[in-house]
Amino acid sequence: MNNKDIITIDGVEYAIEGERNVLEIIRKADIELPTFCYHSELSVYGACRLCMVEINGSQIQASCSTPPEAGMNIKTTTQQIRKIRKVNLELLLANHDISCPSCVRSNNCKLQDLSRRLGVDEKRFKKTDKIQRIDDHSPSIVYDANKCVLCGDCIRTCKEIQSVGAIDFANRGADTVVSAAFRKSLADVECVYCGQCVSVCPVGALTPKPETNEVWEALNDPTKTVVAQVAPAVRVAIGEGFGQEPGESSMGQVVSALKKLGFDQVYDTSFAADLTVLEEATEFIDRKLNGGILPMFTSCCPSWVKFVEQYYTDLIPNLSSCKSPQQMLGSVAKEILPEVLNVDKKDLVVVSIMPCTAKKFEAKRDEFVEDGIQEVDHVLTTEGLGRMIDEAGIKFTKLTPQSLDHPLGFKTGAGILFGGTGGVTEAVLRFAYEKITGQKLLNKDFKMVRGTDGIRKAILEIGEITLKIAMVHSLSKAREMCKAIISGEADFDFVEVMACPGGCIAGGGQPISFDPDFKKKRQEGIYRADTMLQLHKAQDNPYVKGLYESHLSEPGSDAAHHLLHTHYHGRKRVVDMGIKVKESEHPKINISVCVGTNCFIKGSQDILKEMMDYVVEQQIEDFVSFDEQQEIIDVSATFCYEKCETAPVVSINNQKIERATIEKVKETLHQQLAKVHGVL
Amino acid sequence: MKHKNELLNKIKENFDANQKKVSHRIVICAGTGCIASGSMEVFEEFKKQIAAANLNLVVDLNEEAAHDNDNIHLSGSGCQGFCAMGPLVNLVDQKILYVKVKPEDVAEIIRETILKNEVIDRLIYEHPVTGEHCKGQEDIPFYNRQTRIVLEECGIIDPESIEEYIAEGGYSGAYRSFTELTPEQNCQIVEDAGLRGRGGGGFPTGKKWKFALSETNEKKYIICNGDEGDPGAFMDRSLMEGNPHRVVEGMMIAARAIGADEAYVYVRLEYPLAVDRMIEAIADAEKIGVLGDNVLGTGKKLKMHVMEGAGAFVCGEETALISSIEGKRGMPTPKPPFPAKSGLWGKPTIINNVETLATVPLILRNSVSWYKEHGTGTSTGTKTFALTGHVANTGLIEVPFGTTLREIVYNIGGGVTDDAGNVTNDGFKAVQIGGPSGGCLTEAELDMPLDYEHLAGVGAMVGSGGLVVMNKQSCMVQIARFFMEFTQNESCGKCVPCREGTKQLLGMLDDIIAGEGTMKTLEMLEETGEVVKIASLCGLGKTAPSPVLSTINLFRDEYLAHIVDKSCPTNNCKSLANITISEENCIGCTACARKCPVGAITGNKKELHFIDASICTKCGICDSVCKFNAIIGF
Repeated sequence: MNNKDIITIDGVEYAIEGERNVLEIIRKADIELPTFCYHSELSVYGACRLCMVEINGSQIQASCSTPPEAGMNIKTTTQQIRKIRKVNLELLLANHDISCPSCVRSNNCKLQDLSRRLGVDEKRFKKTDKIQRIDDHSPSIVYDANKCVLCGDCIRTCKEIQSVGAIDFANRGADTVVSAAFRKSLADVECVYCGQCVSVCPVGALTPKPETNEVWEALNDPTKTVVAQVAPAVRVAIGEGFGQEPGESSMGQVVSALKKLGFDQVYDTSFAADLTVLEEATEFIDRKLNGGILPMFTSCCPSWVKFVEQYYTDLIPNLSSCKSPQQMLGSVAKEILPEVLNVDKKDLVVVSIMPCTAKKFEAKRDEFVEDGIQEVDHVLTTEGLGRMIDEAGIKFTKLTPQSLDHPLGFKTGAGILFGGTGGVTEAVLRFAYEKITGQKLLNKDFKMVRGTDGIRKAILEIGEITLKIAMVHSLSKAREMCKAIISGEADFDFVEVMACPGGCIAGGGQPISFDPDFKKKRQEGIYRADTMLQLHKAQDNPYVKGLYESHLSEPGSDAAHHLLHTHYHGRKRVVDMGIKVKESEHPKINISVCVGTNCFIKGSQDILKEMMDYVVEQQIEDFVSFDEQQEIIDVSATFCYEKCETAPVVSINNQKIERATIEKVKETLHQQLAKVHGVL
Repeated sequence: MKHKNELLNKIKENFDANQKKVSHRIVICAGTGCIASGSMEVFEEFKKQIAAANLNLVVDLNEEAAHDNDNIHLSGSGCQGFCAMGPLVNLVDQKILYVKVKPEDVAEIIRETILKNEVIDRLIYEHPVTGEHCKGQEDIPFYNRQTRIVLEECGIIDPESIEEYIAEGGYSGAYRSFTELTPEQNCQIVEDAGLRGRGGGGFPTGKKWKFALSETNEKKYIICNGDEGDPGAFMDRSLMEGNPHRVVEGMMIAARAIGADEAYVYVRLEYPLAVDRMIEAIADAEKIGVLGDNVLGTGKKLKMHVMEGAGAFVCGEETALISSIEGKRGMPTPKPPFPAKSGLWGKPTIINNVETLATVPLILRNSVSWYKEHGTGTSTGTKTFALTGHVANTGLIEVPFGTTLREIVYNIGGGVTDDAGNVTNDGFKAVQIGGPSGGCLTEAELDMPLDYEHLAGVGAMVGSGGLVVMNKQSCMVQIARFFMEFTQNESCGKCVPCREGTKQLLGMLDDIIAGEGTMKTLEMLEETGEVVKIASLCGLGKTAPSPVLSTINLFRDEYLAHIVDKSCPTNNCKSLANITISEENCIGCTACARKCPVGAITGNKKELHFIDASICTKCGICDSVCKFNAIIGF
């Protein structure tokens, strides 16, 4: 070893081997230096000041932002360093809502853990925390500023890893908070609900939105038949909450636990993943052979779908029309189970256990709700189920494994693969190969699609067809890919995208792991589970075959389309940004005129003005007023309904008038007035 | 190349020729202090009265066709420094300085002084202690004990005239820098001169430039830091308002030294005049070819922009300032990487303070040895200070490093004043130096030479140059609280020690002031202060506890009085006040007892009243209603 490349840490010499900062070498030396704001995959922030070390006997510096230099002599636990660390932690605690017993991150909280480790055993500082509003309006994520330590990990993850940037710091100094733009709720901004912010949050400030109460209620309602579906990535992570290693598969215990909790049937989302493979591959082959829109994007990941709907509306047609496995299982369950289980559809409750926070959002999408009934009624995250098991006092590791219920519990290895990056692609290839060549696939593993790079590319010759495919994970990489596709730089037939780095195994609803290798271990668990199954190709799944025979005829059929496919819509519109031009005392009718560029060019401004005048001059308020004159009509200017091709667009109480003229608008207004009149 | 140098000469010759035709020059201070006390009205009155007296008025010496002789040149100037005495009218040729001039004095000045050369006695400065009448700047101790080299032209030249600046020798330093000297030589000269950063840190400027020069990158930036934010400090403002071209010239030399072709002046938003003056100076310099695509005919490019600050104190910190220019939230980032390596938009960037840059042209125009005649061995040159507080002559001053505090407070400052504003002989208690980042100096340091090393030795710093003089009536706990409140408000909220620590420190000071402090509070103040000082991310946090630690160190007894005796020795802390009723003065009118909202005062009519301290909330109503000065303790 060259002397020049040596650094001394607490008296022991270590080689500098390309580490970017002193902290990395300290961690290499197996010293768990505390940090809140350091993550190797994020930019260095340097704010928590817990990783301070003494360098060369005098300087005290943050090791995260100090590049290693040969000959450095680092001490990590001097009296002064101890004092700095402890006071820093005490300062954080003084401004923290210490409600540990009722916090979902209790026992898995860095602040709690460090307080114990550093021996913070008295309150020396006065409490300074102020009560702040909790944002629980989004379907997926709850933000509790009272518990936030302002490490900024969530902000940098959202910006740097996901290229979404839905949140940032607002206000200054002691008033600093993490917030979406204009202090809006996460429900009203471009958050894609991937939950990566939840995964990096060291405390209980960002947590998955709980749905355990609703599930408990259903389980304890004797009129309900409650069935569960368990996503592939859940089985390789849930055990971590009970002391197991990441990647250790515990599907059998999950089934037992769910049954003990009172679930009537337990199914596997991998069954629906097998179904997805058939539908998606059929759609893909059709697009490829018949000149359809390529590349085709996978559509299993709801964050990715929302991402495309928000930022790349031109690429919406590239998304596969297949529902995600969660929704496929939900719609199949609601279709066939009433007969199989002999229950009323309204009494059937489908609960999915997902590694994902965005699945909560997906289940509530309008497309997946019919007559007020959701295809999937409740979505529990992996950690949410963990908490239910805890509450019930079930000793998870001592459970006798049980097998899944049929018909929706049988899966092949292909369906399991969906849990990690490259998995959908590999599963589709196992089907497409046989479908295209008509020959039996002998080696199931397509190793060229596996790996951890953010964007992986492969070219495959299948029969006479050349397939150019790409596997992408994390949304910043997805953005790169979208840009390259639009510019023409990238030329692919099939692009798989998963929003979370690593895929669903590292989803925002999984147990928080502080094991640096947790992604690798969980991914290995997925591949092991595939290997251990008897069948590896979706097309070999006898129950999937059976479903086609009984209900769906064949992949891509009308019946399959009705049940298993969906559509998407642009979300460029800023939903709640209307500007009230005329505000009434008792609003019953809202006339919203789009003043976006296209509508403006086509004269929407004139319509806005004329309607204002019309409402006032004709005293339309009187038209429906009763005892006293009530003002009931609001007029507002709004932005883009994304129906630019039929501009101008006016909406009256959500009834859209396309290619609006003043006459059409007046007519609709009077119809609406009549309706309101009727109600009054 | 010669051509452009000729251009500078031509402008100078033209200006000088016109100046020869001037018989009187009247310079009216248009600094912020003087404008506030009405100097612009005085300016207008001069215009009116000069016309009324049928004299030849010249406002712009470059463009206006002046009469052949007997012209009166009337101009406004940047801050002349003697803010306490404004509005100031300087009759340059007669060496007369009129102070506190009002519009109604103007006719008399023209009649008596301009036309008859008579000094109007009541308008000249009267020494507050000796009573001596001082005619001109050289007779006034406030001026004649200073060494004004950085501020030399400030307060005389018209800041909006590039021609006058050039006539005074301006841009010759930049010309030398671009034509005679290599970038390395530029760095070396400034390093040899011993110039150190005036923004607070005191890092050698030439050395800093060399870091950026050694970076290979086709794009580099110079940033002039004019985000002066210390309460009470206005050195940079005065320079930018009073002599903006000096700042531009300094930036040119810095750009030449590191090889930058683009520069930003980051000016505090609350300095609108400085913003305007800098924009105009840059535009004028571009117009005549001093800046732009062909700097002074050398073929070199230099583009300058003015960027208005984001309204946060922390943006004066260089990495936060860079973030702010980039359009991001003004928050500091960890160093390394240092801006000289990766600064604005990831390019090598040098950030220098306004005063530092305004000093640079002097070194090039004169010489290293000339510059080193000023100051001490390790702290060469001069430093400007904003002298405020309990001192007779408040204002902007410039002294060589090594000057003693006694010289500044007693000779230049004219002595310490009491709360009523009168000079007292034994009123001095302390000086707070360096603003919210600095510390205190006491009587023991009155004869210590002020320079970087000596100040660091006693736990204070030059900082940006705020000097607040405090008399014996000042409560040091309150002083510490004042600065702590400032930094707590201005903390950006990024790092834990600064965001949370300053809040706790402020809370502890509040406790002490409210009489709720214990010895534990004092212990925690010191411990927390140390941690904030060592562990904070940027300079703001690292220096935030200085006023607290410094006052605890120097005035521990005063803290103990608040904590142990529950009394404020200077009677400034209301909650600790011991309110009693004077036996002598009370006539028993019952006014206080009737008004006391908590019923703490008892006493019969025409008899002495009493205050029950256990009920009294020290609201002060009794004091305000008593007509006989009988309430003691407020």
